[in-house]
Amino acid sequence: MTVQTGIQPISATRRAKDRLVQALVYLAFALAVIPLVSVLWLVVKNGAGRFDMEFFTHSMRNIGARDAGGGAYHAIIGTLEQVLLASLIAVPIGLLTAVYLVEYGEGGRLSRIISFFVDVMTGVPSVVSGLFVLAFWILVLGMSFSGFAGALALSILMMPVVVRATEEMLRLVPRELREASYALGVPKWRTIVKVVLPTALPGIVTGVMLAVARVAGETAPLLLTVFVTDSINNDPFNGPQMGLPLYVFNQTILPTDVAVDRAWTGALTLILIVMLLNLVARLITWWRSPARRR
Amino acid sequence: MATPTRTTESGPALRRSAFRRSRGDGPFRFASTGAGVVLLAIMAAIGLFLVVKAVPALQANTSHFLTELTWQPNATKPVFGIGALAFGTVLSSLLALLIATPVAVGVALFISHYAPRRLASALGYVVDLLAAVPSVVYGLWGVTFLVPFMLGPSTFLNDYFGWIPLFSGESIVGKSMLTASLVLAIMILPIIAAISREVFLQAPKMQEEAALALGATRWEMIRTAVLPFGRPGVISAAMLGLGRAMGETIAVALIFPATFKISFQILGPYGNSIAANIANGFGEATEVGRGALIASGLVLFLITLLVNMAARFIIARRKEYARAAA
Amino acid sequence: MAKQIEVAGLDAYYGSHKAIEGISMTIEPRSVTAFIGPSGCGKSTFLRTLNRMHEVIPGARVEGKVRLEDQDLYGPEIDPVSVRRTIGMVFQRPNPFPTMSIYDNVAAGLRLNGRVSRSQLDGIVEDSLKGANLWNEVKDRLARPGAGLSGGQQQRLCIARAIAVRPQVLLMDEPCSALDPISTLAIEDLISKLKQDYTIVIVTHNMQQAARVSDRTAFFNLAAQGQPGKLVEMDETSKIFTNPAEKATEDYITGRFG
Repeated sequence: MTVQTGIQPISATRRAKDRLVQALVYLAFALAVIPLVSVLWLVVKNGAGRFDMEFFTHSMRNIGARDAGGGAYHAIIGTLEQVLLASLIAVPIGLLTAVYLVEYGEGGRLSRIISFFVDVMTGVPSVVSGLFVLAFWILVLGMSFSGFAGALALSILMMPVVVRATEEMLRLVPRELREASYALGVPKWRTIVKVVLPTALPGIVTGVMLAVARVAGETAPLLLTVFVTDSINNDPFNGPQMGLPLYVFNQTILPTDVAVDRAWTGALTLILIVMLLNLVARLITWWRSPARRR
Repeated sequence: MATPTRTTESGPALRRSAFRRSRGDGPFRFASTGAGVVLLAIMAAIGLFLVVKAVPALQANTSHFLTELTWQPNATKPVFGIGALAFGTVLSSLLALLIATPVAVGVALFISHYAPRRLASALGYVVDLLAAVPSVVYGLWGVTFLVPFMLGPSTFLNDYFGWIPLFSGESIVGKSMLTASLVLAIMILPIIAAISREVFLQAPKMQEEAALALGATRWEMIRTAVLPFGRPGVISAAMLGLGRAMGETIAVALIFPATFKISFQILGPYGNSIAANIANGFGEATEVGRGALIASGLVLFLITLLVNMAARFIIARRKEYARAAA
Repeated sequence: MAKQIEVAGLDAYYGSHKAIEGISMTIEPRSVTAFIGPSGCGKSTFLRTLNRMHEVIPGARVEGKVRLEDQDLYGPEIDPVSVRRTIGMVFQRPNPFPTMSIYDNVAAGLRLNGRVSRSQLDGIVEDSLKGANLWNEVKDRLARPGAGLSGGQQQRLCIARAIAVRPQVLLMDEPCSALDPISTLAIEDLISKLKQDYTIVIVTHNMQQAARVSDRTAFFNLAAQGQPGKLVEMDETSKIFTNPAEKATEDYITGRFG
């Protein structure tokens, strides 16, 4: 055997393999970004056409599939009300459940069961939550289709997201802070309300906003619960309402170009709302994190 | 000497009252436990009420629900079954998984091990944005752009790879199982990529450095130190993605041609899924029709429940493993 | 307001693990008592049993008696919350509440416990900050976040926070271990001053510190890893450091182990 001296280059096949994998990994990323760019580009390009005052101030009342004009005012109002109501239901329940899991559950049997079902709930298809509200609220209890029924369905989708986000943030609050409060003779519940929750608040707000962003774009549960209307209905508790995602869906299935144009503008509005929520949520975390380290 | 004046609050003796022991703590503890129980009750109610409303429709059914292919619950003699819908749901989701997983793993590796450090988190955010696009927007994009676009590649596949059964068939269309699966793949890609990225980042640095110190190339290091560590995480991520794909509704409702036929020809005008059928069929459903849709939703609920529980089980096992290794 | 603590036959557990065993001692009022001993000997655990902080950790429990003058701290009718109001605690690492200002941190114990008028609160905050030798450094920036102070200032803020609720005993768990020498000196000065009003118990790893600040010293040790910690001896600090009764104490103090 000859003794080799100096730094030997690695074999050509090994180097080629390494390069090949690197190329594949870069390709994978490009493949993932292409649809995103395509979707965003088409939404902006096609949505800009009807992005006008009429779209944001008018409903679709008395406007047929072939008629130009019309707007999504009724759908935007509906979405805002439905998402707000859903948050009012889901955030307290989600927050308190997370408090239970972190502060009171102590790894007991009940807390493990709840934790497991929170995970399971995360996987409930959105259409199933809509079917549940349809079966329970509308068919069994005999309530009418309404924005509130839609909010119920959306809240089921929000809850597990809020629980997980809050739980994660509560676990990040150092134990020393809780102990400092206990050592001052503060009862546990006041410690949670006045010390633990305020410390975790920015993270919780971020989590809630991401949850809101997620449900704001949901169509299937609305389809089964708020029904569909072309008119403005400001009352989420009575009668059919519209939602922006549902509006996009409804205009998409119409066979005319003017309807599809409205769908694109609806999609653009929806994406702007969702992206804005996402952006604000990330900004809160970003803005908060260096302050923490200081 | 700075001795603060005594306030009325702190007496010299300890409080003795047993009633004061949990002043306020009881109600708060009760409320938070109650919230957790409400969550459990909702999960139970979902199962319960789907069953309650499904049973009458199933009793009115004149065919066998699990094997029947057609879906005519609104007829005077209702005939409907989950067969074709369940087939479409499973096939489209599996195809989506097949397309999305390799790309997602690549994306995850790119962000965890290849991308420049400073760009990595921003690029990760770009991929997360894919998940923020609402389903209905993918549907609109799919039906107006991807469906006509896919006609070319589909014809190409049929011309040159038609000998593979999946790509065989006489009529080739854009509104096909393949297009729907592609949209599903795009939608589940960010979930799989995000979880995989997390596990790849958790791979023990010491082993990575050990591999590099032995003269391994970057790929050899990833193959020996990162991929084996991340495999269970990737598998469970893929299963979560599968669950998501099965439940996805609006995007595929717009793309599927809504037929009730079992066919493996993914380029042809065939395909449907449970969720898509619910969205498309709800408008004109009669009472039995709604019950039938609820029954199909129950099946979907159970399938996704099983898939998700399996995924969680794998994650939980991995956590224990990681703890033992730490 | 300073009171005597009497401990008799105290055992403390984490789950099934017994951390300390059979500890009995008397802690004199208006004095500084130091706990020394090697890592893991249970001195911090023991300190936390004195204001029922030990039981905050899931699965932790205590057997035995701790009496504050004539009251049994572990008596069935005693609320642990009121015990902690009476016996304050300062922790190893300064832990001001990050969401609160300097003022609010000092006022936290009172505010979180009930209503206090603003003017009364102003007086207590000023007195407590003066008591913690911090007033002159922070009086112009009471509304700034407490987390913006230096480590040593933060620790004195925590001491101000603890004495603002007017405890009778002050427990300190290695209060200087995370601080630089100058901050440490400031805290030690403060301890000497505070002992005129409070019963002070301090856990320390630093033997010079124990010798400097304490009147009495207790030495804890454990027979082997996994065994419960025990009290070896307790006496006047000067006696412990010059002429201990036990060989183990002498070995530890002279640096032969630990």
